[in-house]
Amino acid sequence: MKEIVVISGKGGTGKTTIAASFAALAENAVMADCDVDASDLHLILRPVIKTGNRFFCGHEAEIRKNDCISCGACLANCRFEAVKMNGDVAGEAEFSIDASACDGCGACVYLCPVKAIDFHSRYCGEWFVSDTRFGPMVHAVLAPGAENSGKLVNLVRMNAKKTAEETGGNIIITDGPPGIGCPVISSVTGADAVLAVAEPTLSGLHDLRRIMELARHFGIRTLVCVNRSDMNTGISEEIEKLSAESGAVFAGRIPYDDEINRAHDGGISIIEHGKGESVGRIREVWNETRRNI
Amino acid sequence: MSTGTGSKTAGKIFTVAVASGKGGTGKTTVAISMALCAETDVQLLDCDVEEPNAHILLKPSIQGNEHVSMPVPFLDEAKCTGCGKCSGICAFNAIVFLKKPLFLPDLCHSCGLCMKVCPGKAIMEKPRHIGILEIGAKGDVGFVSGCLDIGIASSPALIRAVRKQSKNAGLEIIDCPPGTACSFVTSVKDSDFVLLVTEPTRFGLHDMTLAIKVIKQLKLPFGVLVNKSISDDDCIGKYCSSEKIPLLMRIPDDRSIAEAYSRGVDLMEVKPELKDGFLKMIDAVRAIAEEDGGK
Amino acid sequence: MKIALSTSGHCLGSPVESRFGRASRFIIYDLEKEIFEVLDNKVNMNAPQGAGVQAAANVLIAEVKVVITGHCGPKAFNLLKNAGVSVYLAEGISVSEAIKLYQSNSLKKQESADVDGHWQ
Repeated sequence: MKEIVVISGKGGTGKTTIAASFAALAENAVMADCDVDASDLHLILRPVIKTGNRFFCGHEAEIRKNDCISCGACLANCRFEAVKMNGDVAGEAEFSIDASACDGCGACVYLCPVKAIDFHSRYCGEWFVSDTRFGPMVHAVLAPGAENSGKLVNLVRMNAKKTAEETGGNIIITDGPPGIGCPVISSVTGADAVLAVAEPTLSGLHDLRRIMELARHFGIRTLVCVNRSDMNTGISEEIEKLSAESGAVFAGRIPYDDEINRAHDGGISIIEHGKGESVGRIREVWNETRRNI
Repeated sequence: MSTGTGSKTAGKIFTVAVASGKGGTGKTTVAISMALCAETDVQLLDCDVEEPNAHILLKPSIQGNEHVSMPVPFLDEAKCTGCGKCSGICAFNAIVFLKKPLFLPDLCHSCGLCMKVCPGKAIMEKPRHIGILEIGAKGDVGFVSGCLDIGIASSPALIRAVRKQSKNAGLEIIDCPPGTACSFVTSVKDSDFVLLVTEPTRFGLHDMTLAIKVIKQLKLPFGVLVNKSISDDDCIGKYCSSEKIPLLMRIPDDRSIAEAYSRGVDLMEVKPELKDGFLKMIDAVRAIAEEDGGK
Repeated sequence: MKIALSTSGHCLGSPVESRFGRASRFIIYDLEKEIFEVLDNKVNMNAPQGAGVQAAANVLIAEVKVVITGHCGPKAFNLLKNAGVSVYLAEGISVSEAIKLYQSNSLKKQESADVDGHWQ
């Protein structure tokens, strides 16, 4: 079983477009959406959820109003500006925790003289195993404003692997998160290859360099493709050169194509849509990717 | 104003956080254009500390740097009794206990709890470098940007440092990180208005609704700007009118804008005719925020 | 001498688990006495962060000299190394096979941290 992760460094380069196309082109695949922060793959693959699981991570503090003696120790001990004081004088004011600012350190909980603060597990999202017209899919949503997407990404990947083992899938196609931070690292470690989708802009080039460095650091085979390549052919060439120089496989250029949005508006991949200049090129990128893993 | 902090309401600062659930929608382009168009005192804060890109388009001259650190614990071995309490209470697994505690600054969130619970007062704190602030200007536009040190996982601490550079007057524009996680929350928190930059695609709409969920939880007034707009009757327009969300501006889908961006040229240089639109939007944003504050 | 192996199961026939800090449990195997005990790692498996270092601390308390696992992150690796514990890599085989391979010097020793936890 092989695992290919589609990543991008910069957001908005067309990662999900490519991942959805790969899902349509592959045979016997399992799909994983690791962009748990802002997942979009489900808009195209339209999964039917079979099982859903809640995801808890870390803690959050909550003051029990009835037990609080309004001493203000929590306010003094919180370094995250998460304790709100409603009123002017300790002893009378009402104290509460702003969950969106609470870091879950537990300082207020341990240091409360009357132990009036609870420390709940923090609800951080949900993950699902689903069916799609292209095969099984594992995906997740992070609760609004929740942190620790790296751990949720791990859960998605583990369950995608498990699903592939159970269903005899031979390839896992993963839509990765943007950036180069913790969730990206969680998405790529141990994968067979990454495909970096770059856009030909100065920022795109800057971010591609960083993401390629990351892939090299982890010793993962790297492929690169340029999306909307005709927007700036000079930078597109530079990207092709950069991937050759750094030992990556250049998998192709995909031209700007209005049809992609039309396909997505209809809830289908550009491959199924079948119209547009990009269709053939994405096919070529897929074939090149398949040859290299 | 319901959303401003005390110190801010005292001055006449007005803070607009420019955000977008999805990456690549033109958030930075919009933030910079607003800063360049505004005729009041204006300052741009780049809070996208993992991928700070605003300087590429704004090209400010940097006048100074400021180092940002956060406190991390260290041990006075002579006083340590080896009780292990510090390791037991650390919510971040940042203290390994093998006869004596070993502090792992990479994992530390600087909450200070270990220091406070240590019965022998054997734990003290020292600063740890997490990043650099670059402070400068482009013409009348003040500029502050934070750049996180390699390998540091605590963006919110640096974002808070960028936001502390806020002047207490004029217009303040925050270029927020993408996504909806805690670095986004730290960036938009306590602003007077959140401007969501989106594009009229299925993905753009979906990611915008995720950001709106968080902004509603934070009880901040917000509005939408559609970038790469093709038709007034798109999915974003329909969503905004059904949800009664103010749609404040549309920037047309224009290849020359995308090409200029690819070369690092800012929008105001290619499309100076949009200036009027930006100024009207800033006025509209102020009006909405004031009305919201009056509630 | 005792060695620790990360595993998803409970016995010597169970597979070696590829992750160290977030392994389900560890088998602590005594090479001389040929007996083992099972060390539960559930707390670290679900930790928001720092699973590796706390798992390392636990195997150090169990006084092992060798760790066998699939991947060991830099923080845990450095902690083990500083305490004089060697890390060997094994994956896709059972605990008992890994022990045999270790005894015949056929496992690859990890010289540096191969998977970085928070690389940017």
